[in-house]
Amino acid sequence: MHSMETQRRSLVGWLLGGGLTASVISFLYPAVRFMQPPKVPEASINETVAGKIDEFKPNSGTIVKFGNRPALLIRVNETEWRAFNAICTHLNCTVQFEQPTSQIWCACHNGRFDINGQVVSGPPPGPLEEFQVRIREDEVFISKRA
Amino acid sequence: MRSSSPSARKQIVNWIEERTGWGAVREFIEHKKVPIHSATIWYYFGGITLFLFLIQVLTGILLLLYYRPTPNEAYESVQFIMTQVEFGWLIRSVHGWSANLMILSAFIHMFSVVFLHSYRKPRELTWLSGLALLGLSLAFGFSGYLLPWNTIAYFATKVGTDMAAAVPLVGDWLARFLRGGDDVGGATLTRFFGFHVAVLPGVTTILLLVHLALVQRFGMSSPPWVGPGNDKQMGFFPNFFLRELMAWYAALAVLGSLAALFPLELGEKADPFAPAPAGIRPEWYFLAPFYTLKLIPSRVWIVDGELLGLVGFSLIAVWWALLPFWASNRDGIVKVRRVTGAGVALLAYLATFSYLGYVK
Ligand code: FES
Repeated sequence: MHSMETQRRSLVGWLLGGGLTASVISFLYPAVRFMQPPKVPEASINETVAGKIDEFKPNSGTIVKFGNRPALLIRVNETEWRAFNAICTHLNCTVQFEQPTSQIWCACHNGRFDINGQVVSGPPPGPLEEFQVRIREDEVFISKRA
Repeated sequence: MRSSSPSARKQIVNWIEERTGWGAVREFIEHKKVPIHSATIWYYFGGITLFLFLIQVLTGILLLLYYRPTPNEAYESVQFIMTQVEFGWLIRSVHGWSANLMILSAFIHMFSVVFLHSYRKPRELTWLSGLALLGLSLAFGFSGYLLPWNTIAYFATKVGTDMAAAVPLVGDWLARFLRGGDDVGGATLTRFFGFHVAVLPGVTTILLLVHLALVQRFGMSSPPWVGPGNDKQMGFFPNFFLRELMAWYAALAVLGSLAALFPLELGEKADPFAPAPAGIRPEWYFLAPFYTLKLIPSRVWIVDGELLGLVGFSLIAVWWALLPFWASNRDGIVKVRRVTGAGVALLAYLATFSYLGYVK
């Protein structure tokens, strides 16, 4: 008799607890999902016009828009060009071209890359992603490497 | 006429007493005691932190009247506050300075708890809730830093949220959650604003009440060397209370002069298509980890440098949080030397690395 009573109680306890847990989860789940931002398809662009040739001086670097990301376009000399994804491979800062040393420099943690995007010093774990530069007539085009 | 007024007052007091039971609270306050010894002065810093938090709430509400949390308007609205709104520069400056002082005072409070060994049984939960409050203060600082939408804050936030991405397994999820998208942008600003003015204040208030209730429950602890033999005490009310009030007044004086003499600057508006400027650095209380990160090479043997740093910081944090549990032996005797040594070591690390992070 006594044990039946206890059994019934623990059954009721389980049902109540289970029901409560289930409803808490059913409230929380949508809220947690809501907090996670939806993936917005990125307008993936493969090519962009950076500007006219004579806007860029030899031994200089400029940040240009590549879609909604920054790219670093470097005019090494009269004929040579380079372009990189300007996002540092370390922690996401935007890099810049440093004229006196002709290196690419990230101010955030003093990371340095050479003119080919390879790490020279500092914390960046890998090279910058390189883009292709093409000149058509007097315009400079940047594109992703295939 | 004269004799009727005290009885009228008494009647009012009685009326309120019957409906609130306020007398018990008064009784409690009257009997509350604070121990007196050579280190009593350190007891004031918890209260000062609380006071500065209240200032944060007040000035924060004022700033809310003009601030707009979108990338196109945030910087301009802060500029408006600083140049057009009367005393706007002062309110913003007080908010910023008070944030810094509050975190400083919280750190002093924490270290004084360590060096006076006040974390001892039964105050483990007080310690833990205090640490959680410190964590929340840092989150306040991190989220508030971005709100003016200037260059420094923009890149500091990029770096900070990218560090979250290095957390094993959940890193990407966490970084996206913090940024409200793949990159720091308008969505991040909206989100940080929400954290800063709603989520964090709510959680902090609850935790603060818990912390204060625990402090009330157990009273102020005396350091182990003062011993139970010493029963020099002062009444909380009015003796300690008035002294605390003086401390608040002093804090207010420091805050007011700093805010007026060194008003907060705004810097330049964030531009996602500008390179990170030289001299990027986070708020001073993040300098130590920031500088440590700068020193760790990108790869240590086969481990990713960032990950190594992150694991290191987490281990230190856990070790520190568990302090009350490793600080005493089975008989409840505090290993004073060991704890003091640990406290000094941590303090030395934070001080040197913050300094190096600042000057380099
Ligand atoms: S983000 Fe570029 S060096 Fe750290």
